Amino acid sequence: MALTKAEMADRLYEELGLNKREAKEMVEIFFEEIRESLVHNEQVKLSGFGNFDLRDKRQRPGRNPKTGEEIPISARRVVTFRPGQKLKVTVENYAGTEPE
Amino acid sequence: MTKSELIERIVDRQGQLSVRDVELAIKTMLDHMAQALAEGERIEIRGFGSFSLHYRSPRVGRNPKTGESVELEGKYVPHFKPGKELRESVNDSIDD
Repeated sequence: MALTKAEMADRLYEELGLNKREAKEMVEIFFEEIRESLVHNEQVKLSGFGNFDLRDKRQRPGRNPKTGEEIPISARRVVTFRPGQKLKVTVENYAGTEPE
Repeated sequence: MTKSELIERIVDRQGQLSVRDVELAIKTMLDHMAQALAEGERIEIRGFGSFSLHYRSPRVGRNPKTGESVELEGKYVPHFKPGKELRESVNDSIDD
């Protein structure tokens, strides 16, 4: 059980009265615009929810875990997510039955 | 890019809905996502990534002002794992 784009579109259809095509397109465009911003090395700040940041990592030494051979891990750019205060508070008190 | 810039970009690209409609749609989507996480449900967006909860064990913290020890309860924090497509396209942009 996980929330997917399809369910998000359903809610836009039910609650906002967008037609099904508009709702589906809205969800697609939403994630697509965030992705495009990140691909252009532009941070995304969604107040209340959180920030998607970019971090450039330098090359570092690594190892092939199977053979033990040393191989450098190349320089890379990664996306990180920092939840906003509001989201943190919302989620903090989830009374999960089994900690992961 | 801020939320209001995101709204503008979607309005420009979508071309049929008003600023107000797009604003409300974004609010609805973000609320839906927050609600799912608050209920302990994962979010899986193909190509983009997944959100889930990570558990933080109880620990003894300190009040930085007084130096006094405080017991902090275990809690859940939101975690995002970028999907393959996002990870690769962002990493490829490093050479630009």
